[in-house]
Amino acid sequence: MTMRTPSLPPARSLRTAAALAAPALLGGCDWVVMNPAGDVARQQANLILWSTGLMLLIIVPVIVLTVLFAWKYRATNEDAEHRPDWDHSTGLELVIWSAPLLIVIALGALTWISTHALDPYRPLSRIASGKPLAKNDRPLEIQVVSLDWKWLFIYPEQGVATVNELVLPVNRQVRFRLTSSSVMNTFYVPTLAGMIYTMPGMETRLHAVLNRPGRFKGLSANYSGAGFSGMHFTVDGMDDAGFAKWVSEARTAKQRLDLPTYVTLEKPSENVPAARFVAAAPQLFDRVIGMCTKPGETCMQATMMKDAGHPNAAAETGKPRGSDGEGALQKQPEEKGSSPHRNAPRESAPGTSKPGSEANRSMTSADPLPAILARSVAPARS
Amino acid sequence: MSDSFLKTIFGRLTLESFPIHEPILIATFAGVAVGGVAVLAALTWFKLWGYLWKEWFTSVDHKKIGIMYMVLGIVMLLRGFADALMMRAQQAMAFGANDGFLPAHHYDQVFTAHGVIMIFFVAMPFVTGLMNYVVPLQIGARDVSFPFLNNFSFWMTAAGAAIVMMSLFVGEFARTGWLAMAPLSGLDYSPDVGVDYYIWALQIAGVGTLLSGVNLLATIIKMRAPGMGLMKMPIFTWSALATNVLIVAAFPVLTAVLAMLSLDRYVGTHFFTNTMGGNPMMYVNMIWIWGHPEVYILILPLFGVFSEVTSTFSGKRLFGYTSMVYALLVITILAYLVWLHHFFTMGSGASVNSFFGITTMIISIPTGAKIFNWLFTMYKGRIRFELPMMWTIAFMITFVIGGMTGVLLAVPPADFVLHNSLFLIAHFHNVIIGGVLFGTFAGLNYWFPKAFGFKLDKFWGTISFWFWVVGFYVAFMPLYVLGLMGVTRRLRHFDDPSLQIWFIIAAIGAVLIAIGIAALLIQFYVSFRNREALRDTTGDPWNGRSLEWATSSPPPAYNFAFTPVVHDLDAWYDMKSQKAVRPVDGFRAIHMPRNTGTGVILAGLSAVIGVAMIWYMWWLAILGFVALLGVAIVHTFNYDRDYYIPADEVTAVENARTTQLAPAMVGGA
Repeated sequence: MTMRTPSLPPARSLRTAAALAAPALLGGCDWVVMNPAGDVARQQANLILWSTGLMLLIIVPVIVLTVLFAWKYRATNEDAEHRPDWDHSTGLELVIWSAPLLIVIALGALTWISTHALDPYRPLSRIASGKPLAKNDRPLEIQVVSLDWKWLFIYPEQGVATVNELVLPVNRQVRFRLTSSSVMNTFYVPTLAGMIYTMPGMETRLHAVLNRPGRFKGLSANYSGAGFSGMHFTVDGMDDAGFAKWVSEARTAKQRLDLPTYVTLEKPSENVPAARFVAAAPQLFDRVIGMCTKPGETCMQATMMKDAGHPNAAAETGKPRGSDGEGALQKQPEEKGSSPHRNAPRESAPGTSKPGSEANRSMTSADPLPAILARSVAPARS
Repeated sequence: MSDSFLKTIFGRLTLESFPIHEPILIATFAGVAVGGVAVLAALTWFKLWGYLWKEWFTSVDHKKIGIMYMVLGIVMLLRGFADALMMRAQQAMAFGANDGFLPAHHYDQVFTAHGVIMIFFVAMPFVTGLMNYVVPLQIGARDVSFPFLNNFSFWMTAAGAAIVMMSLFVGEFARTGWLAMAPLSGLDYSPDVGVDYYIWALQIAGVGTLLSGVNLLATIIKMRAPGMGLMKMPIFTWSALATNVLIVAAFPVLTAVLAMLSLDRYVGTHFFTNTMGGNPMMYVNMIWIWGHPEVYILILPLFGVFSEVTSTFSGKRLFGYTSMVYALLVITILAYLVWLHHFFTMGSGASVNSFFGITTMIISIPTGAKIFNWLFTMYKGRIRFELPMMWTIAFMITFVIGGMTGVLLAVPPADFVLHNSLFLIAHFHNVIIGGVLFGTFAGLNYWFPKAFGFKLDKFWGTISFWFWVVGFYVAFMPLYVLGLMGVTRRLRHFDDPSLQIWFIIAAIGAVLIAIGIAALLIQFYVSFRNREALRDTTGDPWNGRSLEWATSSPPPAYNFAFTPVVHDLDAWYDMKSQKAVRPVDGFRAIHMPRNTGTGVILAGLSAVIGVAMIWYMWWLAILGFVALLGVAIVHTFNYDRDYYIPADEVTAVENARTTQLAPAMVGGA
């Protein structure tokens, strides 16, 4: 069952006011959150303006009254009335409780409607203001995996995958399915839509559309470790022809993204340039969610089916990931290792002494650039 | 000696855990060590050890404990602010080819330490210190319900702070952000000592906070002066009551969630791991179920301070006392119903998000009502712009802006674009600096003469005020702008050069705040030097309204020679209006609790256990734990816990006050 998405009234007057005030304030800077290229982000920006406007109805009087009262009733002003025992007025109490209440009722209604309308899990109802989506529209699916510290985008229909390069056809609904390989990150393309967490072993979703061609920026907005600052990617909006051309170009990538390649790719690395692959492992995304990308690992989905007593549960052949982990108290003395001082010089290229060790994650800098990536770096684009 | 033996003894502590590779740090460390030794030597030389130990460290007097909390808060403020300056400097310079001066490894510890220290070891000691000092005086009590527990609570908090400080020189602190979110904080992704420092510092300090909450709750419920019904309780005490209800109900959740994280790290359970049935989202939920009430734990006592200050300096009864009390209670209850707004973007459904968004907005109703009540307390008053009142006005203007951006963040679709952005950072600094810190400074300037017998210098106080207020706006308004430009938090390096100017402005703001802090310290020094000129002989320097102003400044150990009887909300104002006569004879011996060093010892042993667990020295942890139990058991057999202040001594003290008051009485009469 589909519900018609109530659309927010365009905050035209507010937007105009903001647009007039903006150049003076900005000095040419780009407030991308308030001036985005995607319809979802556009509606979110309008909501910010409407909510702020509603709240200013009460904030401005409070600030003005504070200054006014502080000035008028200053001790040196002997002319002002002084009523030291005046401490109650039912009428006034009624006003000061009900004024915020009315604002919150209005804001609450706006919240309820807009939260449902802009729920990231809900397919879009329109491409842009006044341009409803066709009934039979099939969104473009992009699978997103946050790795340490780069982004993997898989285009299952197109059979291509990229690292740190997101290409979107404009005016086409996109359904992102997102997960993470290790810790939590947040997928955030300010110009496109709001952010959404990527979480290991879980899938989140985001529906969005880009309405303007051009190059934009995306990033992780949730701290995820040493290489976090370099965890951003380019977002390119193209028309359908441009997108098709890009796909056919990407299909000629030298590297195939199969499971062993993925396992190499997911190792920690930072400031990774864009790279392209031919997607060669159809179940990769599900396996990332199921924590079974390495040989001999049982997928969580299988474990869950077995635990639930599902008749079709496959016999487990491997071990679930993490089953051999042990806590500090279970370690032998010589396994305790050493914890260096915070300023201690770190090994310059962790991963070389102990390739693939999980401890590499705590290093300041990661591998220079895994060989696998060096060969797949996308040709420079203008 | 074999490696295995060394590891058994020292755990994972090795030479590389010390900063021996770094000349600058060695020098710093040597400087700190030499300075520390100098301080210790000076204490020994001037024979101050006995004084400090007997009069302060082992004291069970709520007033001295309150002061020690404030000192702890100020010391830790310096550390936390040093972290802030480093972050601002890094972000102002790290653009393009410039990588800044902090490597990721270091920067990530700095922002984690900044958050942890500012919340747990600056804001919490400040509010606990104010409540500790003021509440018993306001309710006409001689001390808190459990004086020894109070001393123990303080030292547990101090032990937690010491553990955090230790991570500067031995090992490292967490690199996870101030809430140590799983799975990043799990053993898989943070194998080093940092997260263990975090866990043990907070667990130990958390015991202190929880016990202090229990203590103040019992004090407020059970120890009010005769006549002080709940609805005649001063509003600051009401806010303390609400705060301590929140502490008692919320802190066990923090203890539990950190205990589960410890189990994951120490015994290999899977509460919050990615695999084997663990669920990191559960950590996020639980930490915020504590974390959101924590926000109100910090701000409610300061709401109380602002109420007292506004009423006193406007020379008027507090407007809408009853509705203020109900507003506090509504906030207390709603504080538990909003935690999910910290992670709307984790993919909860639209109805869940709307629910938590709307409950969050509802909190703004009682909060707004409180602002209006302060406003109408000023209305038709006679406002004296002393320092506490200046901070209050600055708070009212600043806080409503922070409140507005907070409600904006409570609208889930708006939060989708602002969550984790610098807009969020600007928002919570807006309410924490504008509310908690401004309130602390208001309270500090307000009650300082009560605690020390002389007022704080107004000139340096005013300098501090303006640098803080202006510095705050210069430092954080650019962050709102950056948030709207799509810049998110905890980034160490930026590519877009057009952003740099905003970070430079923010850094200038931080420097202004630094001057404000320096002026605060100078204010203490100057006031101490001019203490004779600033002396308060009346005990009531501001023409106050509640009971703490009825006694001398500083109050005698027993607070009140006779327990006051309360007939009105503004009890002291009422006494003054009724021309109540201070009793000058008929004093009797006063029953008081005796000082004990057990709190210091227990907290010290807890710190030893914490450090041993952090470094995997299991033998030491076991030893420390056995000693802890031993000391605790032995202490229960200590029956020498109380004494009587003889009637003669009380008479002498009260006579001295009578003499001191005499000129004022003559002038007044």
